Amino acid sequence: MAPPLLQVADLRVQFATEDGIVRAADGVSFDLNEGEVLAIVGESGCGKSVTAQTLIGLTRSPNARIEGSVRYADRELLAARGEELQRVRGEEIAMVFQDPMTSLNPVYRIGDQITEQILAHSKVSDEAAWEEAVRLLHAVGIPDAERRARNYPHEYSGGMRQRAMIAMALSLEPSILIADELSTALDVTIQAQILRLLELLNSDRGLAVVVITHDLGVVAEVADRILVMYAGRIVESGTLEQIFYDPQHPYTWGLLGSLTRLDQPRTKRLAQIRGQPPSLLAPPLGCHFRPRCPHASERCEEVPELKQRAGVAGHADRCWLGPEQKRSLRQVGDRIGLEVPAE
Amino acid sequence: MSDTNGSPLLEVRNVVKHFPIKSGLLIDREVGQVRAVDDVSFTLADGETLGLVGESGCGKSTLCRTILQLLEPTSGSVLFEGEEIAGSSRRALRPLRREMQMIFQDPYASLNPRRRVGQIVGDPMTLHGVASGAEQKRRVQELLDRVGLSPEHYNRFPHEFSGGQRQRIGIARALALRPRLIVADEPVSALDVSIQAQILNLLEELQEELSLTYLFVSHDLGVVRHVSDRIAVMYLGKIVEIGPADELYSKPIHPYTLALLSAVPIPDPKENAAREPLVLEGDVPSPANPPAACSFHPRCPWASEVCSEVEPELVDYGDGHLAACHHPLNVSG
Repeated sequence: MAPPLLQVADLRVQFATEDGIVRAADGVSFDLNEGEVLAIVGESGCGKSVTAQTLIGLTRSPNARIEGSVRYADRELLAARGEELQRVRGEEIAMVFQDPMTSLNPVYRIGDQITEQILAHSKVSDEAAWEEAVRLLHAVGIPDAERRARNYPHEYSGGMRQRAMIAMALSLEPSILIADELSTALDVTIQAQILRLLELLNSDRGLAVVVITHDLGVVAEVADRILVMYAGRIVESGTLEQIFYDPQHPYTWGLLGSLTRLDQPRTKRLAQIRGQPPSLLAPPLGCHFRPRCPHASERCEEVPELKQRAGVAGHADRCWLGPEQKRSLRQVGDRIGLEVPAE
Repeated sequence: MSDTNGSPLLEVRNVVKHFPIKSGLLIDREVGQVRAVDDVSFTLADGETLGLVGESGCGKSTLCRTILQLLEPTSGSVLFEGEEIAGSSRRALRPLRREMQMIFQDPYASLNPRRRVGQIVGDPMTLHGVASGAEQKRRVQELLDRVGLSPEHYNRFPHEFSGGQRQRIGIARALALRPRLIVADEPVSALDVSIQAQILNLLEELQEELSLTYLFVSHDLGVVRHVSDRIAVMYLGKIVEIGPADELYSKPIHPYTLALLSAVPIPDPKENAAREPLVLEGDVPSPANPPAACSFHPRCPWASEVCSEVEPELVDYGDGHLAACHHPLNVSG
């Protein structure tokens, strides 16, 4: 088997703030293989975006402490500085952000913004760069790309802006694309178009994609493998099928159970997760999910390891419960969930 | 009017809301109109939940505000318990405002950051002279307790709460005057999934306890199906389909409804792989310049010549299931 494209080991990101130290990522490890779509799932503030941004050095700041290792093609990205880091960004790993409205410069034409990036990284003529920009816009499905390249961002709709961002990210032919809440700000019909585009890029170009999202529906549509994060830690990792059909961590059950699903009959009451996510300033001792978990015991005051499941390749979770207990506890009615509140 | 059985709590008839587009250096000339809401009619029975779905810019929020008379309709009528409220003076509307309250989408922007929770929830009682002093405090604390906050939160400020808790404050405020109709404009869109489920369960409990009537707006079709008895689908200012929730989801008539449903990603990998979703081309056109006749025809895979020439009427396909389409789906005969 080929070695993984990207190896993240024990990544720790801390920010010193006036209120104390925020542990945004607390020992995150994962591999990204070639041509794979990896999804990082979790709620706001679980550290999924910080983890992704740290990969290309976007979280570096005087108040940040970053430890661990991010290896890409025999290079340590956390140690990369200056021009080396510049080259990694864009040429090797590109990122598309959630809000296409604020990530595009409103006073430059779309085509010029893409051209600028191409010119900054390669020695081609202005005309060739412009042609490339038009070709990319066409490739991501902008109709009449020649004319549209001369438009400003405000003349694009939300979906088109997101496509333009993807075109820009692809301009330097990276091998990894990080999509941070790519489809969250979009309407469902447009979201469906953008997800198709991602799938296409993945299958046609063999582009490895890291999708960061809170939406399990989106995950089911595109991902090969999933990491579930909670309060700065990975609590479960596995393949798409493992996470959806055989989830091991109570938080994953809770996430699956609280969905309003169109594919299943309506339930009277939704299974829910009680309470709210902890502050990363002072997360609970032991298992961070303990205060919200109805199945917690004294043992949970000690942090469980992210353990590989016996006999099941590629599936790991961070919970003290035994396999038999998990199988019976996760069943709420005829669905997987955490608990249904009393009437 | 007396509250006879079967008479609707709210009746919306041919409501139109156009916004002028102005241009010019010294004198504003009207150069066009945004048809945000274009001839919308529906009724809402007592104790019922009507879900309103559609993409951004389709006029959902404008419709809500027009119904509550926060915006004056260009034409049409809104009847609350049989009484005309469109075009009424502010003074005449005042007692009715108690009966109709709103829950807003953004739990951060919709609470005054400089007022304490007790004041935010208590102010409507003061304004309407319902309760004051110790009695008001007691009632506010009761409400806080009811929506899942603790009575000690009375003296806190909004910034001390998380998004889900703020939405609970917004719900307590909406309930302060014991209204009968609650218009909830995307009440859970800004919340995390685990918190969404909590708020949806809370809204449902409250409806049963206080026999509330909901107009529930959302772009999330899963959420809307979970809460609604009936659902209306809007596209470019018009209702294109309206019907009982389960039927609309199992047998959509309008191609746009089908497209919306099929665009929702299913959180089940096998089912996702098995289905062949209908992915719409293009974007929602601008309501300032909507396509002629059926405004959906440029994106509709079933569109034919008639769709660009004749505007389809809402037709009743039985059981209160109406749709406006020349090429209805899932209809026998």
